[in-house]
Formats: sequence, structure tokens, C-alpha cells
Amino acid sequence: MTRTAQAHHTLAAEGLTLAYDKVEVTRDLSLEIPTGQVTCIVGANACGKSTLLRALARLLRPASGTVLLDGQRIQSLPTKEVATRLGILPQTPVAPEGITVADLVSRGRHPHQTWLRQWSDRDRSVVAEAMRVTGTLELAERPVDELSGGQRQRAWIAMALAQDTDLMLLDEPTTYLDLAHQIDVLDLLVDLNRRHGRTVVLVLHDLNQAARYSDHLVAMKAGAVVAAGPPAEVITEELVAEVFGLSCRVVVDEVSGTPLVLPIGRHHAAVPS
Amino acid sequence: MAVQTHRWRLAWLLVAVGVLVLVVLASVAVGTRSIPVGTVLDALVHPSATEDAHAVVRSLRVPRTVVGLLAGAALGLAGAVMQGVTRNPLADPGLLGVSAGASFALVLGISVLGLTGPVAYVWFAFAGAAVASVLVYGLGAIGSGGATPVKLALAGAAITAFLLSMTTAMLLLDQRTLDEYRFWSVGSVAGRDPDLIAQLGPFFAVGALLALAAGPVLNSLALGDDVARSLGRRIGLARVTAAVSVVLLVGAATALAGPIGFVGLTIPHVARAITGPDYRWVLPWSMVLAPMLLLGSDVIGRVVARPGELQVGIVTAVIGAPIFVMLVRQRRLAEL
Amino acid sequence: MTTVVRTASVTGVLAVTGFAAFCVSISVGELRVPLTDVVPAIFGAGDPAARFVVGELRLPRALAAVLVGAAFGLSGAVFQSLARNPLASPDIIGISSGASAAAVFGIVVLGWSGNGLVLLSLLGALVTAALVYALAWKQGASSYRLVLVGVGVAAALAAVTSYLLTKAQIYDVQEAVVWLTGSLNGRLWSDVRPLGLAMLVLVPMVLLLTPSLRLLQLGDETATGLGLHVERARLLLVLVAVALAAGATAAAGPVAFVAFVSAPIARRLVGSPLAIVPAALVGAVLMLVADLVARELLGTVELPVGIVTGIVGAPYLLWLLARSNRIGSGG
Repeated sequence: MTRTAQAHHTLAAEGLTLAYDKVEVTRDLSLEIPTGQVTCIVGANACGKSTLLRALARLLRPASGTVLLDGQRIQSLPTKEVATRLGILPQTPVAPEGITVADLVSRGRHPHQTWLRQWSDRDRSVVAEAMRVTGTLELAERPVDELSGGQRQRAWIAMALAQDTDLMLLDEPTTYLDLAHQIDVLDLLVDLNRRHGRTVVLVLHDLNQAARYSDHLVAMKAGAVVAAGPPAEVITEELVAEVFGLSCRVVVDEVSGTPLVLPIGRHHAAVPS
Repeated sequence: MAVQTHRWRLAWLLVAVGVLVLVVLASVAVGTRSIPVGTVLDALVHPSATEDAHAVVRSLRVPRTVVGLLAGAALGLAGAVMQGVTRNPLADPGLLGVSAGASFALVLGISVLGLTGPVAYVWFAFAGAAVASVLVYGLGAIGSGGATPVKLALAGAAITAFLLSMTTAMLLLDQRTLDEYRFWSVGSVAGRDPDLIAQLGPFFAVGALLALAAGPVLNSLALGDDVARSLGRRIGLARVTAAVSVVLLVGAATALAGPIGFVGLTIPHVARAITGPDYRWVLPWSMVLAPMLLLGSDVIGRVVARPGELQVGIVTAVIGAPIFVMLVRQRRLAEL
Repeated sequence: MTTVVRTASVTGVLAVTGFAAFCVSISVGELRVPLTDVVPAIFGAGDPAARFVVGELRLPRALAAVLVGAAFGLSGAVFQSLARNPLASPDIIGISSGASAAAVFGIVVLGWSGNGLVLLSLLGALVTAALVYALAWKQGASSYRLVLVGVGVAAALAAVTSYLLTKAQIYDVQEAVVWLTGSLNGRLWSDVRPLGLAMLVLVPMVLLLTPSLRLLQLGDETATGLGLHVERARLLLVLVAVALAAGATAAAGPVAFVAFVSAPIARRLVGSPLAIVPAALVGAVLMLVADLVARELLGTVELPVGIVTGIVGAPYLLWLLARSNRIGSGG
């Protein structure tokens, strides 16, 4: 596992209280995102993981507490500056009717462009590389709304890639994808981390994928961090019961060597021996 | 104020009907001429052919009250049905091209055939409204999916713009027509022949029945076409029936009172704020609230500009708009 | 071909078409100026009669058509992008009804015409837009509230306008109806100059704000993620679009259909969700052609241009309807 490039920027939350319309989602939450690693945030529905991600990306203003980007309060930094260091792919992105893949991906270059320096060779090459790496080059001139769910998601990821940020935050990037494409995307994100040195933060709903692909796993329940650390330490039968309300058996994944959660439900739970 | 149980809702609806009755009585009792209440009652119960005031009450105020009641109820109902069938809080009966069609046919009649007076206007306006709606609906139904809300809106906008252009062209080329038309286009309930009202009665009745019966269907449609279908509703039939009821109601109302726009759009919102999204209640409440607004505006129009009067179409919008805006600022109205 | 190439070629074709329409518009009329003489006449050379007709009458009117059409086209494009709704147009914020009520008041009650009327209708448009925005503001202007309030205010103003029309003398009514339809009749240099100056400021602003609009199309969250100040950008865009629509309405009356129809045409031609410059050009071409038809169709009588835009635009809408299943499924 060689890292050929180094991640530079740091991200952390300190005493974060987040609320929607007076309803508190998290209270006094502190979390440090390990630089240069792949972090996955997991938890049951409505535990606040998406809310936390959005707050980390400054999409949501905290009721109290702060998010620190490179040690500075993220709210005090110019938003365009933040966009050159941190990129977020929200859960259900909106594509205007008729936009082509190439057009969509190229919009990711906005933080790096100014009125004086609009579209440079570097922009072009970054966009082309982003599309190549996500396998969307052949789709360049096709309208995004005519693509399949998986192709569309890859186009959005290409846009996030074109933004070329050190920190990449993605909210459930594998929803709507079939299994092969889910693995594709996750492998791609690991590539970005290992080879290009980016810090990747993912909210995932699939616990086993999170266990396999993360270096650092954060488990949340009811707006609080219940456990954080390497998957092998965090994923235990007790934790799964506490966070998801699910009884299970934890074994070692034969393919990847990471923890594998085997859920025990009311049916099909005959365990020989 | 979303009332919860069946009995409560019925009780409040009856209260509303009671208020409507009061408004109706006011409409008969109040006017540009001050007539004492006792005389009004006499005119209704023991009419005398010689009493001037009796004539005013019986042949002027009663007919206009009836027109206001019918037109108001029709517009309120039609507006609620339109919004339900298109799932669009901005839908108003004009979407189907009814007003534009009525105006176009009317102007055509006046300038080409030399029509004058409400009697002749009525049937032309009604015919124009009906034909335009059929056109709009037909165009909106072309292509896959039938007459979906967006397609209806586009078809309506196209036909309305087209008809409006043609109407304006005719008006500009013929001053006399313009002179006649501008008074009709404001909307008024005055001076309508009782015979006419009786002739249009069946259209109002059928339209109202179709509309009121559509409550449950509209509730299903609100959940989306797919869910509605899985609940056993026949979408195409529902839409056509709704369109027919709207055309009957608004066609008759426009033919009788001219194009009164505001009511059909805003009253359903008010009704929804009171009853919640259940169309079985929104429809009757719209039917009761709309004439309250219309008749109330007419009464005010008669009182404010004595010895003349302000037409109801104007007063309704001028009074209704601030009330509507106030309601919009409270959260309830901004949702469907 | 790529979007960029297609946009460039469509823009080029539209510009050429616009220029051609411009020349034909100057050439045709009671005094026919041969096409070859048009350009010289614009620059003050050639036959004195042609020079006068072109320089004092036709040129300002053609320029007015171009400016008004471009302003409506730009305004419509911005509103539709912001609202993410192909049915949106500047009307919804009450600009047309405000300008109309003010103008009819000016014609019928004050007996004004010319520059005073232009100023009055501009004031009416801007005050109404501000009123609608203010009434819809409650910790932010949600688009639902904005549209509903706009509808309410527009209805009240329309009632006032109708009332004024019933109280006026018939000749005033006729003049008012012409204004209400939208007309370029009798537009001279004194009418063109103010709008031209306004466009000199507003058009560059729109162009500078286009990258922001491009991001806003991706949704507030993605736009913020890409470094945009969403509320600030949206407010600036609304202000510019309102100014454009108000200026155009004051100059030519509420020819709002142009605003409604230009941007979708431009988008279809370019094949991209944002086609700002093409929308302006489509609007200009539409106004030029419509005005030409309005002038010449009936020979002796000049129709107001607003009538023709309605008759021309409607079939376009129906075509939009017939060809697109996707729009239908969005219902």
C-alpha cells in the first residue's frame, strides 16, 4: 500500500450542535477526520450521518460549535477558497434538463476559475482525466438525464473529481448503483486515496462495504459518535446491536480480511453447530 | 385550524353555510338605494306591483344575488377541481382556456354579428368557452401519458395566447366592439335576465354534481398517477369528467357574469387551509366560501360607490388579494 | 459536435439571421429602400429621402425591436433557469401587471404619452416587483410564496386596470389597449436611447453572472459545494432580470410572451440547459420579424407587435408539446 502523494488539508468538528427547524440532530459532537485516509460514517436511518457530512462541508450552519478546516473556522473562510480544498457530492444531486456529461463535469472546475482566467489547459486536462478515470469519456456528449442510474452517478463523481480537491466528501455515492458498479466506485475512491493522496469521507448505508473499504470507521447513533477507529476494532457484535438494533455474527471476510457482519433475523437463521 | 373529526367538520361547514345565508340576505337588503329592512321583507313575501322599492328588490337585487350565488359557487368548485386534477396549486379554470375562448367568441359575435346585451352574449360566450376547452384538452392529451398537468398547462398557455392575440386584433380594428367588450370583461352580476339564469341552471347543476362527486377520485389522484391506478382509479375517465365539470361550471359562470378570474384560483387555497387536503371537504367548502367572497364584494361595490356601483370583478380582486396575500404569509397556504 | 461548438455555431447563425432581419426591417415600408442601400443609409450616405426615413424612423424602431427582444429573451432565460421551470417568466413577479396598471393610469387619468409614460410604467414595474418580493419575504423568499403572492398582486392590479378602462373615453381606451398588447409603433431615438444605455450596463452584468447561473442550475447544495454564494448570486440575478424585463416592458409594453418563448427555443437549438446569448438573439429576431409582419400584414393599418408574437409563439408551444414525451412525464 504505497502512498505516492500526500494529503495536506485537515478537517475536524468541535462541539458541533446541529439542528433543523429547532429539532436537534446532534449535540456537542467532536470528530477528527484522519488526513490521508478513507473514513466511512455509518449508522441507522436518521442518526444524523448525512447532517454531519453536510455540516462538515459547510452546507449547514451549526447551532453551536464549529467545523475546522486546516485549523480555521470553516465559516470564516471565503466559500470559493473552501471549494478548492474540500468538495462534496450530495445525496440526490440535481441536473438541469438536457445537460451533457462533458458540460456537467466541466462545471466542477468553477472554484479554480476567475473572471480573468476562465478556461485553461489545466482545466481541460483535469476534466479529461476525471472522465477517463470514471469511464465516462465515451458518454461525454450524451445528456445526463438519458443515462442509466449508474452512469449518471459516475458522471457526478467525475464532476467531483474535476473539482480536484484534497478532501472529498460523498453522501451515499453508491445508492442506485448495481453491485458491480458499487464496487467500481468504491475501488476508484480507494485509488484516489492511495495514489493521489486524497482524504475521502463517505457516508455509506452498507455496513459490510464500509467495513471493507474504510481505514477509519465512525459509527453514529441518535446524533452521537458511538465508536471510531479501524473497522477491525469498531465492528463487534455488541456495537452492531447497539447502533443498528440488530443481532449478528461477525466473521472475517474471506476475500478482504476485514470484518463481515452476518445479520440474524427471525427467518433463515438456522445455524448448524 | 384543521378540524379533525367528521362531525366537527360538518358542524363547521353548517356554520359557514349560515354565514353565507347572512351574506345572501345582506345582498338582498343592501344596495345603492337605501331600502328599510321591513320593506325588503314585504317585497319578498307580499309583493306589491305598485311599490317602487319592491320592484327594485325583486327584479334587481334578487336576480343579482342568485347570479352571484351560482357564479361564485361554480367558480369555487371549478377551481378546486382544477387544482386537484392537475396537482398544481396554481391551476385555475382559465388554464383550460375557458376565459380566452369565451372572450374570443364574444368579440367575434359582437363585431361580426352585431350582438348586444347580456342575453345574446351568454350563449356565444358559453360556446366559445366549451370549444376552447375541448381544443386545449385535446391538444394536451396528444402523445404519451395523456393530458398530464404540464402538458395541459402548455396547451392552455398556447391556446390562450393565440386566442388573446386574435381577440385583441379584432378589438383594435373595431372601436364599437371594444366599447361593448370592455364592460363585459370586468365581470358583473347586475342586470341579468332571470329567464337566462333559469336556462343556465341545468348546466350549473350538472357541473356541480360531477364536481362534488369527484372528491374521492381527486384524493387518489393527489397521490400520483401510479398509486391512483393501483387503487383502481381510471385516470383518463377521471380527468375527462373533471374537465367536463369545469367547463360546464366556468362556462356557465363566465357566460352569465363575465370573466371573473381571482376566485377560482384563491378560494380553494383558503378552503384547504381550513379543512386540510381532503377533497371531499375542500370541494363543498370552496362552494360555500366563493359565493361569500363574490356576494360580499358585490355588496361592498354597491355601497362604496353610491349612487353608482363598482363591478364585482374589480372589488373581488381588490379585496381578495390582500386577504389572500395575508393568508399566503402564514405557512399553511404555501403547501399544497 | 460538442456543446461549445454547437453554441458558437448557433450564435453565429442567429446573429446573421438577426442582421438580415434587421436590414429587411429597415428596407421594407411605405418607402421601399433597396437592400443594397440600407447599410449606406444607416451611415448617412445616399438618397436624402432614404436617409431620413431610415435614420429617423426605421433605424430607431428596428433598434428598439432588437433591444426589447434581447432584454426579454435574457430576462426569460434567467427566470426560467432560476425557477427550474420552463413555464416561468418575468410575469410571475408582477412586472407586467404593475407596468400595465401604471401605464393605463397614465394614459386614461393623466393623459400622458411618450417619455412620461415610459417612466411611469417603469416605476410601476419596479415598485410592483419590489412589493411582491417584500410581501413574499419571511426569512427568505420561498418560490411557492413568491409565485402565489405574485398571482394575488397581479390579479388586484389587473382589476384596477380593467376598472380604469371602463371609466375612460373610448379613444383613450383604444390607446391603452394598444399599449397593453405591446407595440413598437412610433418608437424614435428618444425612446431607444434610455433602453440602450440601460442595456449597456445590464447585459455585461448578465454575462458576468452566467457562471453563477450555471452553478445554481445544479441545485443549492452542489452550488455551495463548488464555492458559490447562493443567496447573493440569486438576488443579483433576480435584480438584473427584473431590471431587464421592466425596462423592456416600459419601452414596448408587456410583450411578455417573448420572454416566455425565447429561452426554450434557444435551449433546444443549442442542446444545452443554459443558452443565454442565444436566448437574447432569439428574442431579438422574434421581435424584428413580428414587428415587420405587424407593420406590413394589413397594408394601411399597423398592428401592434404584441398581437403577432402571440400568434407566432403559440404554434411553437404546441410543437414543444407534441414532440416531447419527457415534458409530459414530468407532470
